Amino acid sequence: MAASCVSCGAVVSRRLLLRPRVSLAPRQVLWKAAELQSVPGPQRAIAYLFPSGLFEKRARPIMKHPEQIFPKQKAIQWGEDGRPFHYLFYTGKQSYYSLMHDAYGKILDIEKHKNQLQAKGLFSEKNKTIDLIGSRWLIKEELEEMLVEKLSDQDYRQFVRLMERLLQSGAAEEEFVQSFRRSVTVQSKKQPIEPVQRDAQGMAFSTSEGKRKSAKAEAVVYEHGSGRIKVNGIDYLLYFPVLQDREQLMFPFHFLDRLGKHDVTCTVSGGGRSAQAGAIRLAVARALCSFVTEEEVEWMRQAGLLTSDPRVRERKKPGQEGARRKFTWKKR
Amino acid sequence: MLKGVASLVSRVRKLDPGHLRLGTQAPQSLAAQLDNQVSFESPRAISCTNENDPAKHEEKHEGLHYNLPLQDVKTVFPHGLPPRYAMQMKTFNEACLMVRKPALELLHYLKNTNFAHPAIRYVLYGEKGTGKTLSLCHIIHFCAKQDWLILHIPDAHLWVKNCRDLLQSTYNKQRFDQPLEASVWLKNFKTTNERFLSQIKIQEKYVWNKRESIEKGSSLGEVVEQGITRVRNATDAVGIVLKELKRQSSLGIFRLLVAVDGVNALWGRTTLKREDKSPIAPEELALIHNLRKMVRNDWNGGAIVLTLSQTGSLFKPRNACLPQELLGKEGFDALDPFIPIQVANYSPKEFESCIQYYMENSWLQHEKAHTEEGKKELLFLSNGNPGQLERLCAYL
Repeated sequence: MAASCVSCGAVVSRRLLLRPRVSLAPRQVLWKAAELQSVPGPQRAIAYLFPSGLFEKRARPIMKHPEQIFPKQKAIQWGEDGRPFHYLFYTGKQSYYSLMHDAYGKILDIEKHKNQLQAKGLFSEKNKTIDLIGSRWLIKEELEEMLVEKLSDQDYRQFVRLMERLLQSGAAEEEFVQSFRRSVTVQSKKQPIEPVQRDAQGMAFSTSEGKRKSAKAEAVVYEHGSGRIKVNGIDYLLYFPVLQDREQLMFPFHFLDRLGKHDVTCTVSGGGRSAQAGAIRLAVARALCSFVTEEEVEWMRQAGLLTSDPRVRERKKPGQEGARRKFTWKKR
Repeated sequence: MLKGVASLVSRVRKLDPGHLRLGTQAPQSLAAQLDNQVSFESPRAISCTNENDPAKHEEKHEGLHYNLPLQDVKTVFPHGLPPRYAMQMKTFNEACLMVRKPALELLHYLKNTNFAHPAIRYVLYGEKGTGKTLSLCHIIHFCAKQDWLILHIPDAHLWVKNCRDLLQSTYNKQRFDQPLEASVWLKNFKTTNERFLSQIKIQEKYVWNKRESIEKGSSLGEVVEQGITRVRNATDAVGIVLKELKRQSSLGIFRLLVAVDGVNALWGRTTLKREDKSPIAPEELALIHNLRKMVRNDWNGGAIVLTLSQTGSLFKPRNACLPQELLGKEGFDALDPFIPIQVANYSPKEFESCIQYYMENSWLQHEKAHTEEGKKELLFLSNGNPGQLERLCAYL
């Protein structure tokens, strides 16, 4: 058991500390918590290092499950006589091939069952297909982890094809198939929608912010309007003389087919002209979420209107002229 | 790339049937052509009008284009049209101007001017690309039709920058001559006002140099000829022309229209320098000095129509569009009092008319340009600004 010595901070074995003859510290200080509580110096150190106190249960270090730390290994796969236990040991990937064999066996069983029913005339076209939406097949790494074996890409693809064939032949082996699927969370629920506010005249509007590179923008979108946009009090045609920036502003409205229906007043600062245009576009898209159905919000998210652009200017590194550009290489 | 990202709500657009017909093969011949003619006529009614005389333009013609005969254009506007408009004219093979509110207002004032009173100054101002120069051209066409004498300076900024040869003026040692610009202007003036040049007689004797002089009573045409042939005296010729016209317009033989585009050049700064690299003030240029005298309202028998322009201006910020900002204190005081007329962006009706005009001339080839959504996009991107719209449509 290792413990840290309070006065010199070195990790010292507990057994050594209990034997007073072997002392690694200038003063023999035994690490007994009860005694140390009264000594002022260590008391301050304890208060600094363990703010919740020494005995707080909730402040105990949380350690991962050993299964997560130590990788899964295979147990010995042959007996004392050297004969392997598994019948497919000599294929090299015994679990993978046995899994494929089992799955194929199940397919054959289902078909045999179906043929029997058809022969008896009791077969009915029951459409009991398993719902695949909201879940995905295991990825290759997860499958490898499950089987504790290395797989190649072709093996993985073959596995997925076999599973899909199993699904097609019938809904009998649902649990077996579901054990190889993981659920996928729906993304759009995470998008916060701004509430609609009303101002003094009773006009409905909504506000939100957007950022791009170092430009910050705040947009106020009015629900009923004629398509006028004012940026920092200036008309957008004068503020953005370049067509590209005005196209950026147009994108959210054009996507939702609401080109002449909203009025926008926004303030923007920082960045360059492109960054400001991008920031306003994001702010306007977020503000428009509150006037629009959830389905359209999902479409906007998929179109990339609601994601803030993570690209920022890369720092210049020493020894290079820029972020990526190196100095001119001279042969001699 | 943005225009290619389709809305996720997929709507199938039907192609305009007229559009399909236009691209078909030869055997379709007469019937198809007649069909095309028919479909041609009806949109024409929306954007064009047959009333080609500016004197008869009224409120009901607002937003419609009227045709200027090309012959007129050559005489009245040898140098006056903005370059982009001239290109458009060459492409479409016709000159069509839109009748807009500021022009109508000015026409109304001009029709009701009292020629006994001193000349009134009208100043057209507005944002960049809203149509100030073309409104001025409309007015000039009207005055030409009414047989006024037109003194049109297409761009005063050309006289204060990029001038290669500056001569010391023979008339006044402190001032500078600009022979090239003056001679070019005299040529164009001659083209516009041929018929007046022989009628007007000068009332004073002018001496060009030791050997040449011009007698009292000879026609203005001779002065102009002298200026064109002897380039050294061109600036002085311009000065004489201006002085005489000013003096004689009060007599009532003719009516004078002074039209200056970019009048803020007269009171701004110049980029011209003397040999010792010291800057020249506008007053020291003879042309500018004479023009300033012309724009003063101490004469009667005509009108003065001016346009402010930031585009060619020197040392003025881009967002300056108001008279106070562009003229400066000096200019504003010199022009005070004047009637300001604001030229604004297109109204929805005018915008629609402009798009129709482009579509008739098959200028918009993009298939989406014909749809409602395409028009909304264009409206958004140009915000109704005529100049921006024209540049946008050039890409389609």
